[in-house]
Amino acid sequence: MEAVSMQQRKKIHPHKFTLWIAIGSIIMMFAGLTSAYIVKSNQASWQEVKTPQVFWYSTAAILLSSLTIQMALRSFKQREMNRYRQLMAATTILGIVFIAMQWNGFMQLWNSGIQFQGVAGAGQFLYVIFGLHALHVLGGAIALLVMFVKAFFGQTKTYGSTGIEVMATYWHFVDILWIYLFVFFIWIK
Amino acid sequence: MSNEANIHGHAEVITHHEVHHDEHHVHHHKETFITKYIFSQDHKTIGKQFLITGIIWAIIGGLFSVLFRLQLGFPEQTFPILETFFGKWAKGGVIQPEFYYALVTIHGTVLVFFVLTAGLSGTFANLLIPLQIGARDMASPFLNMLSYWFFFIASVIMFASLFVHTGPASGGWTVYPPLSALHQAGDGSKIGMDLWLVSMAMFIVSSLLGGLNYIATILNMRTKGMSMTRMPLTMWAILFTAILGVLSFPVLLSGAILLLFDRNLGTSFYLSDIYIAGQILPNEGGSAILFQHLFWFLGHPEVYIILLPAMGMVSEILSVNSRKPIFGYMAMVGSLFAIAILAFLVWAHHMFVTGLNPFLGAFFVLLTLLIAVPSAIKVFNWITTLWRGNIRFTPATLFAIGFVSLFISGGLTGLFLGNSTIDIHLHDTKFVVAHFHIVMGVASMFGMFAGIYHWFPKMFGRFLNHTLGYIHFWVTIIGAYLIFWPMHYEGLAGVPRRYLDLRDWHAFNKFDDLNKMITVVSIIVFAMQLMFVFNFFYSIFKGRKVRTSNPWGSNTLEWTTPINPGHGNWPGEIPEVHRWAYDYGKDGREFIPQTEPVGPNETKEH
Repeated sequence: MEAVSMQQRKKIHPHKFTLWIAIGSIIMMFAGLTSAYIVKSNQASWQEVKTPQVFWYSTAAILLSSLTIQMALRSFKQREMNRYRQLMAATTILGIVFIAMQWNGFMQLWNSGIQFQGVAGAGQFLYVIFGLHALHVLGGAIALLVMFVKAFFGQTKTYGSTGIEVMATYWHFVDILWIYLFVFFIWIK
Repeated sequence: MSNEANIHGHAEVITHHEVHHDEHHVHHHKETFITKYIFSQDHKTIGKQFLITGIIWAIIGGLFSVLFRLQLGFPEQTFPILETFFGKWAKGGVIQPEFYYALVTIHGTVLVFFVLTAGLSGTFANLLIPLQIGARDMASPFLNMLSYWFFFIASVIMFASLFVHTGPASGGWTVYPPLSALHQAGDGSKIGMDLWLVSMAMFIVSSLLGGLNYIATILNMRTKGMSMTRMPLTMWAILFTAILGVLSFPVLLSGAILLLFDRNLGTSFYLSDIYIAGQILPNEGGSAILFQHLFWFLGHPEVYIILLPAMGMVSEILSVNSRKPIFGYMAMVGSLFAIAILAFLVWAHHMFVTGLNPFLGAFFVLLTLLIAVPSAIKVFNWITTLWRGNIRFTPATLFAIGFVSLFISGGLTGLFLGNSTIDIHLHDTKFVVAHFHIVMGVASMFGMFAGIYHWFPKMFGRFLNHTLGYIHFWVTIIGAYLIFWPMHYEGLAGVPRRYLDLRDWHAFNKFDDLNKMITVVSIIVFAMQLMFVFNFFYSIFKGRKVRTSNPWGSNTLEWTTPINPGHGNWPGEIPEVHRWAYDYGKDGREFIPQTEPVGPNETKEH
């Protein structure tokens, strides 16, 4: 029983594969929302929205965090555990900074009079779409935090890099997703 | 049936598989009642959990249909007993309009999502995937367990919504705004609708977690020799079902999130220019049609999410029990693929009369009618599989044949409805109800029954009672046709669906007796399903015991496990596969299991 001797074409680890399908699924959700946006933006009484400056800063933060997690992955593979811990901490902090800046952007918009009540427009979509994206980042940040705590206190039994690779792929994905959404909102008024 | 002898030559392929390694720890721990039956990570137990939850929902959903059939068949009668049970909802023994609409809404939701999606895919994907591809468990047993528990939470919320004082959601199972978006629109649009949306969100999470796992497992965890084209058709069907679910459910989630915003935060995604209950709403610029696009982008694939697993199981059961290879294996796979692609391209045929551009409609007509091609291929292959077979008429076989019959008769009316011009006359009539109940509802239920009768021995190590099974089959198929066939005529005459009382239309009086007959038959058929439920639970404990590991003489891997397999499925090594799953009646042998190496003198073709 313990000697699992079966040949499996495991070019790709099942967990990584599962993540890729999950990514496909998340893409479909945002595709649904952004296509709804396009359909609506062609209709009467559509209100445009000017995206606040702070979203540019949050873009910089999440791009930087993609870089740090990639470097963390590399240091993990090179067994430089101290460097790995530092970079994981940096990524987590950048993730939280990103969410804080998104929140700040929402507050700016809200205070400038773009609220839920009343006339339809890009602003209402912005809250929903960016909000859902921020939730996905938050999920990633929590997972990062768990890995970070494990890296400090847990006993590393195996040096398998699958977990951190899955994490990095997801993190890059929410980064690219953000770029898509941000460009989308700038492009399609 | 021992295949120990067949397993050899593994030494050179020993690879340590991380995931499997992890799972085996689980197996060696001492299992308590809780880890074994409740928070189990064993795919077989999770499958049974889905099945039993699905059965409970099917009883509730079926009972609801009996209640509204009472109203449709006997609108002038009073049933004081209803008031005893339902109080103000059936004042004076008459079903109130709000109650009627709640009943049809919950009937549809429960049957489509909780029974025929979770109960069907959830049960058989979990039970069969690892057993038929030769794996110890799913790619992620933990996600799999979560998938069931999210379904459980969804079930609890939906069940709770039946008891809130304003009643459950009532806007039809499609919950179109603005009716579903405005609290003022009626009792059924109040808290019940919020609970409905939250429950569905939980349900979507459940089916996504499940679907991810099914795809990852089928593509990555097949045993040695199990190439994709050696898989039984059940696996192909479940694979395509899972892909459809993973790609379409998130879109419904988007639609539901926007609806929740409109309902509770005052946004205008779906709302515009509304005057209701004496006030003008500030909402402007929304589009109710937008919801229909988002809904039906899921809604149509959902039809195939329900149907494809039934098709896969029927293919397998017909081949095993006619002792013949499935006819046109690759054509079956190809047509499943074609159906899966087309499923995403036809959603607007649910919206022909919403003011859709007729030019655009023409494309959707064409794509819709194209589905007839893969469907016809499948029907042809099922019939040719049965043709001159040495058929064993087990209850599973009968239900599988019943599925083919229903799929043909229900599919043909799809050609009527797929035409945008004919749809102008037929939309929102009983014709639509008849069409989708036969082709999707009853047919998939038959596929599910076939699967339950066929794999019950694998689930519980006992047989279902076959005499009760035969009675169940004959009453159900005759009843299903008696209930839904006449509805086509009613629909052609213009009888609308979703109306609780047609007495004011004198033109429809001629259907009064027909409606009474339909109601009486519904009650009989419902009673017959209760008999099946009795058979199911009785047989778990007292059914005839399975004595041989392969009672149906089947080729597939699930019958190479012990009669009551433990967590991990095979006590020894996982068997190796040497051939496809359909070598029945070959070279003078009745069947040749997949684990048997190809002999030197064996005939070349399948």
